[in-house]
Amino acid sequence: MNKTINQKAWFFVIPVFVLVAFNAVIPLMTVVNYAFQETFGNNVFMWEGTRWFKQIMLSERFHASLGRQFLFTFIILFIQIPLGIAIALSMPKEGMGVPVCLVLMSMPLLIPWNVVGAMWNIFALPDIGFLGHSLNALGFDYNFTQQIGDAWFTTILMDVWHWTSLVVLLSYAGLQSIQPAYYQAAEIDGASRWAVFTKIELPKMKKVLTIAILLRFMDSFMIYTEPFVLTGGGPGNATAFLSIDLVKMALGQFDLGPAAAMSLIYFFIVLLVCWVFYTLMMRNEGNQ
Amino acid sequence: MAKITLKDLSHSYLKTQSSDTDWAVRDVNIDWEDGGAYALLGPSGCGKTTLLNIISGLINPTKGDILFNDKIVSNLNPVERNIAQIFQFPVIYDTMTVYDNLAFPLKNRKIDEEKIKTKVHEIAEMLELSSTLNNRASGLTADGKQKISLGRGLVRSDVNAIMFDEPLTVIDPHLKWILRSKLKELHQKINRTMIYVTHDQTEALTFADQVVVMHEGQIVQTGTPVDLFEKPKHTFVGYFIGSPGMNLLPCRIKEGDVTLNGKKIDIHNKIKSNNFNKTEIGVRPEFISFSSDGIPVKILSVSNTGRHKIVDTQSESGKIKMIAKTSEDIPSDSAFLKFNKEYTYAYGDDWIIE
Repeated sequence: MNKTINQKAWFFVIPVFVLVAFNAVIPLMTVVNYAFQETFGNNVFMWEGTRWFKQIMLSERFHASLGRQFLFTFIILFIQIPLGIAIALSMPKEGMGVPVCLVLMSMPLLIPWNVVGAMWNIFALPDIGFLGHSLNALGFDYNFTQQIGDAWFTTILMDVWHWTSLVVLLSYAGLQSIQPAYYQAAEIDGASRWAVFTKIELPKMKKVLTIAILLRFMDSFMIYTEPFVLTGGGPGNATAFLSIDLVKMALGQFDLGPAAAMSLIYFFIVLLVCWVFYTLMMRNEGNQ
Repeated sequence: MAKITLKDLSHSYLKTQSSDTDWAVRDVNIDWEDGGAYALLGPSGCGKTTLLNIISGLINPTKGDILFNDKIVSNLNPVERNIAQIFQFPVIYDTMTVYDNLAFPLKNRKIDEEKIKTKVHEIAEMLELSSTLNNRASGLTADGKQKISLGRGLVRSDVNAIMFDEPLTVIDPHLKWILRSKLKELHQKINRTMIYVTHDQTEALTFADQVVVMHEGQIVQTGTPVDLFEKPKHTFVGYFIGSPGMNLLPCRIKEGDVTLNGKKIDIHNKIKSNNFNKTEIGVRPEFISFSSDGIPVKILSVSNTGRHKIVDTQSESGKIKMIAKTSEDIPSDSAFLKFNKEYTYAYGDDWIIE
């Protein structure tokens, strides 16, 4: 194809450049700036080199919150992905049930994060909340504000409630795009239900599932508002995930340098995991 | 291996049916002889695929019975009916190799591993897939994939029939020809009943010994390609098969005589009854010639296809197309046409009058 060379075309790219600069590049560069310097306010900066990075990498507090973060993300992925697929498989494929299910499934996704946190906080309160009170009435010693296990249980339950729908909707879209001929062929070939799932449905859902896992990984790895409203990171630091810890450091303690360094490390971890995962999933797509 | 019989078969996708058009397939009665090569021909939406899916057991008909060797199989599922079906676009199991794809129907039937191996290699040899057996099936071209679909049907040596649902739709034109001759060759080799659904008359006429023409859910005619061409039993067969299709002109029937605009026309069929809302005379363009006396027409246009000339003419009763030899001189303005009596028929309400 012959392309016309016209340098004036760059003119049309300017709005995007400006927009990206203001919402991404400039704030990010400010963080980079803070990460290598010490400041006491008044625009006075001192060069610190890689000191904050070393400090964060060696800090036990960072290791602990990173560990909690990975544990949380793995648990919710482990629950939400299979559960989401299972729900999508059991949803009706046609008829009136479809819109009803889709609307019901989308409901949790439409609720703002802090409202979800507040809802679950009240819902789970051991003395007045429906969940908390019922569990105690049934004989369980449940108190998410005091006990670490209960706090984790509640946070995970809340996240599963809020986000499984996303996996369901994506899987459902993937399932709906499978041509009926595949099922008919499998029926004629005498395939079992399990074989239909593993040989047809799962491979055909691969792309949407990759997207679902990526989205759920990123979102859960950066989770802030819901656990902040629900548990505030407590009891102690038990549910202080990376971003809660980061905000504590930056705004609570006003340690801007280490917090900036931590943000960058945090950012690179997310980027690295996504890249590795995506590359692995798509490895067999191009070649034969 | 079986003779397949469809008895008083009707199917509707609606819960209640009020008129004829609510039926996807209606009042079908047909025998498919064991080992025959059949084509099921008709335009899109005429019920071909529905009929095919009813035979294979993917759809349960609303009314009527399906018999294999005179035994009712209406309530059996596709596995029990032992049918192979090849779909419009290739259905393959992406994550499996070509070998595993071909072996899949056998593995599901818990057949001995050694037997599977010999059978798969035999079929792969027949379909020229041997060199790709260890490749992932998803990497093959469309025709390769369609061969796998076909192969999955062929590995089971005891299937009652193989059904094709417009299998060449996604295949490149130059490969269509090759694959079609391959199918024909396979039919001669394995001698199993094959039913081939298509809306393409060339495909149907080259593949099949017997062509079944469907129109609006009904079977309008079953016969050899020559039968369909020389004696269409329904006006639909007349204009759907042939290029250009049959000329159909409104006519009058009175006391056994057929008149076209007051002029008596000799026809092949004898007319006994005359209770029709609509009567037409049908003659193929191939069976019309110029003569010194006959139906007066005006010549509208002449197009030369290379093999013959197609002449469009206008008569008092409507347009008439005729085919003339390329060497033939076409009168420039007006002429008289003569219909070959042997191949001229009268139709009443679209059905041949007999």
